[in-house]
Amino acid sequence: MSRIAGMFQRLGAEDRTALIPFVTAGDPSPEVTVPLMHRMVAAGADLIELGVPFSDPIADGPVIQRATERALARGVRLRDVLDMVRRFREQDSETPVVLMGYLNPIEIMGHGAFAAAAREAGVDGALVVDVPPEEGHDLVEALRAENLDLVYLLAPTSDGERIRRIGAVASGFVYYVSVKGVTGAGNLDVEGVAAKLAEIRARIDLPVGVGFGIKDADDAARVSAVADAVIVGSAIVGRIEQLADTPEQIPEVVAGFIAELRQAIDTASHA
Amino acid sequence: MATRPDQTTDPRSPTVGADGYHWPDANGHFGPYGGMFVPETLMHPLMELREAYERYLGDADFVRELESDLRDYVGRPSPLYHAERWSRELGGAQIFLKREDLNHTGAHKINNTIGQALLARRMGKTRIIAETGAGQHGVASATVAARMGLECIVYMGEVDVARQEANVYRMRLLGAEVVSVKSGSRTLKDALNEAMRDWVTNIDNTFYIIGTVAGPHPYPAMVRDFQSVIGREARAQMLERTGRLPDALVACVGGGSNAIGLFYPFIDDAEVAIHGVEAAGDGLATGRHAAPLCAGSPGVLHGNRTYLMEDVDGQIIETHSISAGLDYPGVGPEHAWLKDSGRANYVAVTDSEALAAFHALTRTEGIIPALETSHALAYATKLAPTMRKDQTIVISLSGRGDKDMHTVAQLDGIKL
Repeated sequence: MSRIAGMFQRLGAEDRTALIPFVTAGDPSPEVTVPLMHRMVAAGADLIELGVPFSDPIADGPVIQRATERALARGVRLRDVLDMVRRFREQDSETPVVLMGYLNPIEIMGHGAFAAAAREAGVDGALVVDVPPEEGHDLVEALRAENLDLVYLLAPTSDGERIRRIGAVASGFVYYVSVKGVTGAGNLDVEGVAAKLAEIRARIDLPVGVGFGIKDADDAARVSAVADAVIVGSAIVGRIEQLADTPEQIPEVVAGFIAELRQAIDTASHA
Repeated sequence: MATRPDQTTDPRSPTVGADGYHWPDANGHFGPYGGMFVPETLMHPLMELREAYERYLGDADFVRELESDLRDYVGRPSPLYHAERWSRELGGAQIFLKREDLNHTGAHKINNTIGQALLARRMGKTRIIAETGAGQHGVASATVAARMGLECIVYMGEVDVARQEANVYRMRLLGAEVVSVKSGSRTLKDALNEAMRDWVTNIDNTFYIIGTVAGPHPYPAMVRDFQSVIGREARAQMLERTGRLPDALVACVGGGSNAIGLFYPFIDDAEVAIHGVEAAGDGLATGRHAAPLCAGSPGVLHGNRTYLMEDVDGQIIETHSISAGLDYPGVGPEHAWLKDSGRANYVAVTDSEALAAFHALTRTEGIIPALETSHALAYATKLAPTMRKDQTIVISLSGRGDKDMHTVAQLDGIKL
């Protein structure tokens, strides 16, 4: 069983909702990321989504765009991100890590070479934002050959046919984008999310994570009542941005926020 | 194929023909290029657009409205002008200029914005968004939005807003909101990123008018079809004027919409040589250029796979050209395919070669071309002397140079 499936199975048995934080690798500087990942796990993260910096992040709002620019300015590229995961794995062989990013850096490395390098580094899966199932054939094959999961986005605009189509190729979990918009945008409509999740679960037999627009512990608690995983990105990256000039404080502050989210989720799950 | 000379106003160009050129395929691919590389949220609106486009292309009312707008509002057909004096000076082939500079708003861009705005209205969209570099597509979008009473937001990189003040003012006069984009390199590619972000957020009421033959399917095919009025007219005009097809076509290529517009109706005419001209900036060897076809590599950006200016890690790199309209790190996927298949030849000319051609045409023919267009002219000055005097070249004179007065004057040390 993959690390991702194992994690969801374990939490499912405990009737708990997973907490998935997202951070951009190398933001604000490369040396921050690995210690930060460990602190997030200690504070209650179940899976870590690591953003791979790309020059043209069309699905990201201003907060993650700026994080990407900070990481790129420090020279952080896909190979460096793989290296961070390799170092993370030296002390953590349990927590799944999923890379989230755009196709071009993978494309230029080669799909097969990327999959092999990711596997070797200890990556568990990838979410490639600009690859819908229509264009994903080569990538799916390459990742499957290395037993890596390919996580897909689902959107409020995905109809039944698209949900089925994505279900046919997705693995690990699916990521429901809870708002029409970019990362960090909009206001959360939990009832709307719940209705869509029912539609998704009727067609896809994978855990469903919900993200894009979860800003605080209250949002996390409300979403955890309906989702298998709560994904929080911009709210964390925004905190990192505020501490970009004092990076030594980042792990402490982010871990505090993760613990807050964790507690809210666990309280809600057991309510 | 809908490329016979008697069909000069038919915007249709079947993507699957009984014979001959038939790209893109049903999924929007031109060989390995093109496609729909977008976040899931955009798949539904793109499918919706594709359906609407396919439906209205066959709709007699739509076609009639488009034809009448192209005639009465844009001023089509545009003239085909025999540049006799310039041809004589170059001492080779006879050069014919397809005068897209004489269109309303001064460039070929409006052929496409008219078509897409009519489509937007039929789809019940009330809000138009567009990206722009030099501002020509932004002006053409703001223009049709004003005429149709649609809200219009134009995204423009902060760098371009500063260097194209006059066009920013034109857009605002026309009632558009110009949003200065401060992310990334703050130029055209970032304006496109920001427009896509807007679209993801406002898909219910918004129509995104992409200004070139790039972006996800169906944009490259749709923009080509709207722009191919250039080539259909030129083909008929050449047959009428000279009794045969031209020997060569030349057009500048940034994203490549005026070039595809001219080339497409001639693709099955093997005897017609096709030349696309990219911006070599300071020279291909310097790395400071905007010539992905000549010096880039394949990758995925802005929804399609094509040739890109990228570094070894797949990050998009900054481009350089004297012409803001060619200052783009990608190129339409159909050009990538025409390059690989060998049907078209792609070359690049430098800033200084383009400037020399700008002055040459202005002095010999009394036509001041856009700096983008001047790249095509510069290549023609190399090509024409290698051809016989009874041979012909058609150049897409894609835009006029009014917008470039400041840039050229500055290079001559004159402050306007």
